[in-house]
Amino acid sequence: MTTNDSIIAMEQIRKVYDTGKVQVEALRGIDLEISKGEFVAIVGPSGSGKSTLMNLIGCLDTPTSGVYRLTGQLVAGMKKDELATVRNRRVGFIFQNFNLLPQISAYENVEMPLLFGGVPRRERRRRVEALMERVGLADRMEHKPTELSGGQMQRVAVARALAMDPDILLADEPTGNLDTSSGGDIMELFQDLWEQGGTMLVITHDPALARRARRQVEIQDGLITRDTGSPGADSTPLR
Amino acid sequence: MARPRFLVLQLFLRSSRVQKKRAVLTIAAIAWGTLALLLLLAFGEGLGLSLGKAWAGMGTDIAVIWPGETTVPWKGLPAGRAIRPRINDIRAIKERVPGLVGVSGEIIRWGTNFTHGENTVNAPVKGVGTIWGQLRNQIPASGGRFLNPLDDAQRRRVVFLGTDLATDLFGDEDPIGGSVLIDAVPYTVIGVLIEKMMFGNYSGMDANHAIIPIRTLYAQYGSDRLSVLVLKPENRAGMKRALAGVAQVLSAKYGFDPEDERVLGTWDTVETGKIRDNFMLGIQLFLSIIGVLTLTVGGIGVANIMYAVVKERTREIGVKMALGARSHWVTGPIVLEGLTYTLLGGLTGMVVATVLVFLLGLIPTGDSMALKALGKPTLSPAIAATAAGVLGIIGLLAGYFPARRAASVDPAETLRYE
Repeated sequence: MTTNDSIIAMEQIRKVYDTGKVQVEALRGIDLEISKGEFVAIVGPSGSGKSTLMNLIGCLDTPTSGVYRLTGQLVAGMKKDELATVRNRRVGFIFQNFNLLPQISAYENVEMPLLFGGVPRRERRRRVEALMERVGLADRMEHKPTELSGGQMQRVAVARALAMDPDILLADEPTGNLDTSSGGDIMELFQDLWEQGGTMLVITHDPALARRARRQVEIQDGLITRDTGSPGADSTPLR
Repeated sequence: MARPRFLVLQLFLRSSRVQKKRAVLTIAAIAWGTLALLLLLAFGEGLGLSLGKAWAGMGTDIAVIWPGETTVPWKGLPAGRAIRPRINDIRAIKERVPGLVGVSGEIIRWGTNFTHGENTVNAPVKGVGTIWGQLRNQIPASGGRFLNPLDDAQRRRVVFLGTDLATDLFGDEDPIGGSVLIDAVPYTVIGVLIEKMMFGNYSGMDANHAIIPIRTLYAQYGSDRLSVLVLKPENRAGMKRALAGVAQVLSAKYGFDPEDERVLGTWDTVETGKIRDNFMLGIQLFLSIIGVLTLTVGGIGVANIMYAVVKERTREIGVKMALGARSHWVTGPIVLEGLTYTLLGGLTGMVVATVLVFLLGLIPTGDSMALKALGKPTLSPAIAATAAGVLGIIGLLAGYFPARRAASVDPAETLRYE
């Protein structure tokens, strides 16, 4: 069942890793629907399948079975380059370890997805400057990532994730490598983005961050064990 | 949205900055390989040119015929008769054998006395037809000339001297217009052969002979039996027909089986030229293979570096893929980087090779026959094209395989947090 404003619609998603000798079933039948404008936290212990789920949602990987629609579009059967385009246009990634390219400036890092998206030069400059302004790093554009603090690096990563104006932001433990104060800043930033209409999906161990999400999905052993956003559940924020 | 132009190039320029020391070593390996390839090919080319010149010293595409003895009976005549054509037979051959640039008789008298002033030298004298000079590449040094038809017709006592013979007789004196006694008969020197290399010969080196008109020789010595006939067809393909024609004409006059191979011993330089060309091709191939192998070792070095680069940048590649890079935007810059190393190295090698070949060309060969035969290493457009082609292929391959590995990077695996 998918609604019109559904961004993510997953039905009976399974992911099996075949290591040759053993088969590991990381996801064992996930049903998940996320609508436009939702702020969802995915929580669960290590090895529960959270990251696998995020890779599938972000089209970095494909499910073994099940149906996955991203903004109504079937992902199964897409070619490598089509998946690349989906990642470029529809999804913005934010990683625990930032994954900024160390040799190029903050500006060039944010510009990278625009380059892949075929955005003309002048438009790229306009957008990167606006984004750097938005994350409060307008004066750090020419700095290399190594010249920035952890919190600043993560803000550059957020600007990069927003560059192509994606349908959903996917954040994997975004505060995991940050001190409390920087982590707080990032949480504020996420809150702002959500309030401006963004759709957010955050994987986290951090109870504070999870509490900010309006909906919490708990995964254990490759299955959803609790979903505060499922029909009938209480979806008021746990602030 | 239109893709920005030169996206791959932009990505290449933005990829992690190269490690200088490693880049320099890689480029040096390619430069070394290119240098080896170019020098080997240049030596081969120089050797080929010098050998070609040396072979041409005797004349190009000519045949030399030695009259011999019959080995089979023919029309009632027994085997074992010596066949000795005469000067006048040349005219018959000219009239009856079509497709000839020219044919000339040659009478050799060994042990002739040459005297000029106090100097006396013992050397062969050859009486030849005027066309012989053209057939046998007898180029006069400046100030002199070869025999002409009037010399022959009027039986002039004029002589064209080989280089060494001229030096032996005249020393530092200018021989042209000078007088020489040939077996006590005075002759005027009309020309001296230029210094030349000669690999093939059938009666000694041209540098040690004296050439006089064949009719003058007949007048002086009374012998008109030809020692040798020299002929040249209008084209290589006509050689066999020309030789058969000569055999027919002489067989009709002297009575022998034209199929009897022992009557007219033949040196067909078109045939031997093919063997020589194959031999030179073999040498060039051998040198090229060594050169290409050396260059390949350099190429493997580049591929190795590029594999290391891919390994180091696995995370970077994964990030780019997550941000939406298509696979050729990942592989393109890597191929370009491999190609850049290779072409930079190749260019360096070419510059060094050009300088070295120039410097080697300045080394004087002096009187050393071996050095002369080895020739000067020569770079030709063909060699440059070969090197550029080989470099291009090696560069592409050296980038292609590592790039393929890059394209197989699994972004999900790479980005998994540590």
